[in-house]
Amino acid sequence: MTGLAQLTRHRLFWPIVALFVLLLASTLKHHTFIEVTIRDGHLYGGPIDILRRSSILLLVALGMTLVIATRGIDLSVGAVMAIAGAVTLSQIADSPDPGSLTTVALAMATGLAVCLVIGVFNGFLVAVLGIQPIIATLVLMTAGRGIAMLITGGQITTVTSAPYKALASGFWLGLPIAALIAGFFFAVVAVVTRRTALGVLIESVGINPVASRLAGVRARTIIWTVYVLCALFACIAGFLQSSNIMAADSNNAGLFIELDAILAVVIGGTSLAGGKFSLTGTLVGVLVITTLTLSITVIGIPVNAVSLFKALVVIVVCLLQSPVVQHKLRARRRKAAPVPVEVPA
Amino acid sequence: MATDQMTVQASGKGPQPTVKPAPRRSLPVLDRRYLPVLGTFVVLVLMLVIGGTRYENFLSGRVMANLFINNSFLIVVAVGMTFVILTGGIDLSVGAVVALSTCISAWMFLHGWDAIITIPASILVGTLIGWIVGVMVHVFEIQPFIATLAAMFLARGLCYVVAPESIPITDATIVKLSETRWEIVDNFAVTPSGVIALSVVLVAFVTLHYTRFGRTVYAIGGNEQSARLMGLPVARTKVLVYVISGTCAGLGGLLFAVFARSGYSLTGVGMELDAIAAVVIGGTLLTGGSGFVLGSVLGVLVLGLIQTIITFEGTLSSWWTKIVIGALLLVFVILQRLLVVRRR
Repeated sequence: MTGLAQLTRHRLFWPIVALFVLLLASTLKHHTFIEVTIRDGHLYGGPIDILRRSSILLLVALGMTLVIATRGIDLSVGAVMAIAGAVTLSQIADSPDPGSLTTVALAMATGLAVCLVIGVFNGFLVAVLGIQPIIATLVLMTAGRGIAMLITGGQITTVTSAPYKALASGFWLGLPIAALIAGFFFAVVAVVTRRTALGVLIESVGINPVASRLAGVRARTIIWTVYVLCALFACIAGFLQSSNIMAADSNNAGLFIELDAILAVVIGGTSLAGGKFSLTGTLVGVLVITTLTLSITVIGIPVNAVSLFKALVVIVVCLLQSPVVQHKLRARRRKAAPVPVEVPA
Repeated sequence: MATDQMTVQASGKGPQPTVKPAPRRSLPVLDRRYLPVLGTFVVLVLMLVIGGTRYENFLSGRVMANLFINNSFLIVVAVGMTFVILTGGIDLSVGAVVALSTCISAWMFLHGWDAIITIPASILVGTLIGWIVGVMVHVFEIQPFIATLAAMFLARGLCYVVAPESIPITDATIVKLSETRWEIVDNFAVTPSGVIALSVVLVAFVTLHYTRFGRTVYAIGGNEQSARLMGLPVARTKVLVYVISGTCAGLGGLLFAVFARSGYSLTGVGMELDAIAAVVIGGTLLTGGSGFVLGSVLGVLVLGLIQTIITFEGTLSSWWTKIVIGALLLVFVILQRLLVVRRR
């Protein structure tokens, strides 16, 4: 019983329960959902689809976790995705040979450079000028899509380029390339933050910026770095997104993804107040949100009710994680038998 | 003290310094509180002057009247947002609540409900969602950002359920509301929506500056813990500001229904950002505790004027609106930041 109590008290317990319930419901509806088969030399099935689809959100949420850990927030990621797609696809479309690997690599380098500038700009506003993160990044959230449209001339730029298309729809070693890219960056960030002091430094800045500065932590540099990283990850997510549809749609690329990313981070147990962050939690949060979106269609909930269903799950998970409910659950557990497992939504 | 006396006794140059510092000292005191709003006002006047000199008919009554009419719902929404931001919170759900209120009124009219029931119902929907948000924020201690985000998904989701497709509104009351124009001077007409928006502003102004509730709102924004220790009703006020914001969004939705005469689930996407931008441009600090509801109205007018100027310019593409709003936001934020730094 104490084991169960400890388990339910873990902050990732409810999100993981939600994830399993969603997977279970999908499998009950369509028995083949959970099956992974080999087709055309690569893996195929529901879980693989979830991995592929969650790659964009995972990249954005990865940067967002670091930013939130420093007590910040980055609302501009969606706009950055749009700009990344616009810059890269415009360059590919204007080049004489859109299909060559060099063209694609150069265009992506340009996209990354532009996003680097954006990240530096956001970081400058927050770390040097000391503007509140939510408002500093709101500037680019508003202006960013306008800038992206300026780059594409208000058109939806489309290209045909095999190497670029492979980013989102290709497979390597039987796994989707998009998921491999996201997984690679996740692993790198996890290793760098947990095997070096960087993670602890980020947390210390988030818990108390002044104290950490007095303790000799270069708070300003660290805050600046996380905004740059966040913009770069958003840029890569923008590549994947535009490669997915092979078009740069400045109006809809990454629309509201900042909200989904923040939600994933919060579901994963990282507090918006900064400090301790959990990359595993973010991964779980991303999987919950992606599975939610996918399973809604699988379970057969009408498309009109998707947003409603999502809202209900989010509210239930947030309420279950809230300090008040946690406290009550704990009090009840002490008095009587273990609590029956509640099924979200 | 000694130096004070000495300056008074040094009467050779006495009168001049003692007279002069008085207004100089009183001006900065005024400046500190009103400077952001004053800045917004200057920008507004500058835009009017630039527009007036560049384009014919820009300063005509019709254009100015349209500025109010086209933005009446945004004014109402921004007023509600001001309350929330003054307490240091944020409300991301307003755009979705505007859409929900519009959809519900359209749906109810479609199913033969009377305007007497429909109009209050569409406003009360906003109140209800605001209350849910308030409870989530206060009782369950969920951060306002996340709680209002969830409310946004909820309201938007309900929209899709209520009105998957655009529903036209043909109700006689709404049609009459949207067609009535009271001409004051030539071409400068006022519509019922404009009157409603202005009365909301007036009520909000009086509430914020002349009631206990208003002072509590400012106090919570200044320092929530101090406000609680002072025995102010923090809990009630914090829930109430979200109720007010929700109600304003509901009313904004009704005004939007009057404006567009249809209910569509995708209305007001991104309106929360316009409202937040208007409040910030209007000089309210996002940390709470400082700002004016009239500033937010000026902020909305500035946003509206940007749109008008870009329409008048003709050659500029629509995306310049977003870029200019972003740039303006940046300028105001940096300005505010400099002010705060100087104050310390």
